[in-house]
Amino acid sequence: MGLAEPAALPVATSAAPRLHVLKRFLGRFKASLPAYLLLLPSLVFLALFTYGAMGRVLIDALYQRATPKAPVRFVGLDNIAAVLADPAFTGAVVNNLVYAIGTAIPSIGLALLFALALSRTNAVSSALRAALFLPVLIPMVAASALFLFIFLPNVGLLDYYIGRLLPVVPNWLGDPDIALTAIMVITIWKNAGYYMLFFLAGLQAVPEDVMEAAHLDGAGPFMRLRYIILPELKPTFLFVIVIATLNAVTQVDHVFVMTKGGPSNSTNLVLFYIYQQAVEHYDIGKASAATLLTLAALMGLTALSFRTMANREGGA
Amino acid sequence: MTLIDWLLRDAPLATRREITPKLGFLLTVLLAIVWLIPFLWMGVATLRPASDGINTMAELMPSLKPTLDNIRDAWEIGDFPRYTLNTTIICTGILLVQFVTITLAGFAFARLEFAGKTLIFYLFLMQLMLVPVLLIVPNLSLVAQLGLYDTLTGVMMPFFASAFGTFLMRQAFEAIPTELEDAALIDGASLLQRIRHIYVPLSMPSFSAFAIISVTSHWNDFLWPLMVINSPDKRPLTVGLSVFTATAEGTQAWGTIAAGTLMVIAPLLITFLIFQKRFISSFVTSGIK
Repeated sequence: MGLAEPAALPVATSAAPRLHVLKRFLGRFKASLPAYLLLLPSLVFLALFTYGAMGRVLIDALYQRATPKAPVRFVGLDNIAAVLADPAFTGAVVNNLVYAIGTAIPSIGLALLFALALSRTNAVSSALRAALFLPVLIPMVAASALFLFIFLPNVGLLDYYIGRLLPVVPNWLGDPDIALTAIMVITIWKNAGYYMLFFLAGLQAVPEDVMEAAHLDGAGPFMRLRYIILPELKPTFLFVIVIATLNAVTQVDHVFVMTKGGPSNSTNLVLFYIYQQAVEHYDIGKASAATLLTLAALMGLTALSFRTMANREGGA
Repeated sequence: MTLIDWLLRDAPLATRREITPKLGFLLTVLLAIVWLIPFLWMGVATLRPASDGINTMAELMPSLKPTLDNIRDAWEIGDFPRYTLNTTIICTGILLVQFVTITLAGFAFARLEFAGKTLIFYLFLMQLMLVPVLLIVPNLSLVAQLGLYDTLTGVMMPFFASAFGTFLMRQAFEAIPTELEDAALIDGASLLQRIRHIYVPLSMPSFSAFAIISVTSHWNDFLWPLMVINSPDKRPLTVGLSVFTATAEGTQAWGTIAAGTLMVIAPLLITFLIFQKRFISSFVTSGIK
């Protein structure tokens, strides 16, 4: 095809400019064809389960059934209005915000502490890193099964060892005021070791000689942290914050296993609400509307993570 | 303090006498112990005989009469062999299809020029942002329309294309010198032959990094298989464990729950302990799955 093209071009230009454009387009398409064929398998699945799914959410959010067996009819923005008016949804949004902040800050803080303490590679710090990383590996469902017992009233691990020190033994998962905190503890335990890895990688970029020079100038450990290490870790922070936020929206397995959103919706999170609407109430319209709102909210974050990823040259 | 001195032996000489880093290290050691307590309890409770009673269930000191009864009970009641098989099928199936899709797409991005490359690149990037778990509702109705509700294929399908894997392979392929390919080109090797015999064998570290991320994340998937699978004999480990936990919780059979949990996570933990370095470096590259 590379040989045929130059011969065909002069004829095309003299005959009709439009044909020329078409031919050039066809030529480019032909040259691109092998690449398209290689991309096709991936694009088919992406089209079905990512872009197509986005489209279906948009459409499904506009339709509703009057009764579970009635045919769907167009209702416009009614589903969105219904979701926004549903106290369970707004409650889940508030819970999710509390959950996001209450898990991101402690787990990132701990991750930084772990990374600073374990940045030197030796047998002891490797073993400690592995210990802190173990929770990252295991399924959230397995973590929940273990924490179900830890939080068990009276005989559970927490009450057995710590409960006797408290004047009143709290019902960790049964008290609406405490349950969300208990759920957050699991998330912090599970994710801190993951974020630690990124800080460990980021710390390698901190030049040792600058640290030493700062020390000679009389900078103590906290000043070195504040003026040398933290500025150097800024991209890592942005990156980890994005991941922590995404995790706060997408990790709800422990809610399902431990509390099912209860007691009295105090641990209900947005994704679990969506699951409930779709699977327990068969309300695809409302579930789609809630999905749409969540996706829209994540768009801002998406822009942010695009920028973060650009800083990290393609997301590492 | 000799241990601390040993730990700090490669720290700058002048900073070795500072107290704050030592306190931070001490705190980290304490927290690492706290971090391990759930695992420790799991091990101890698994081996504790039911005759010890519920009141000593939380004791972290191992029982003097260890027993394997809990493991046997969990194995028999929980149908864990079946769940393990299902999870293995799901993870292997996803991984095999992913290997094909990410190799082909990764090669296209790394070595070929084509119209709309930037646009298609951004289309792939979108998958990293729209975390698949958020799209469970529309994907469930699609899986149902395709007649794949309650099948393992239905559980696997949304993950067959992987933007993360594609970018990983693109990076790996770009690092391979073109001279190698040119030599094969002169010998008359076709595009697929070049991918198969030059690019794939030289990119094994990237494949294994991707395999670690893919298998651990799908081994741990819960909400999606929970929605797709209805028959008890098609449940993966996570769904099976949640059902098993809900049942055993009612009878306060915490030893069996611990044993069941141990069985679910043991394969991952053992593989991790063997290939620790590989796991850690793969997870660092995984940023966004």
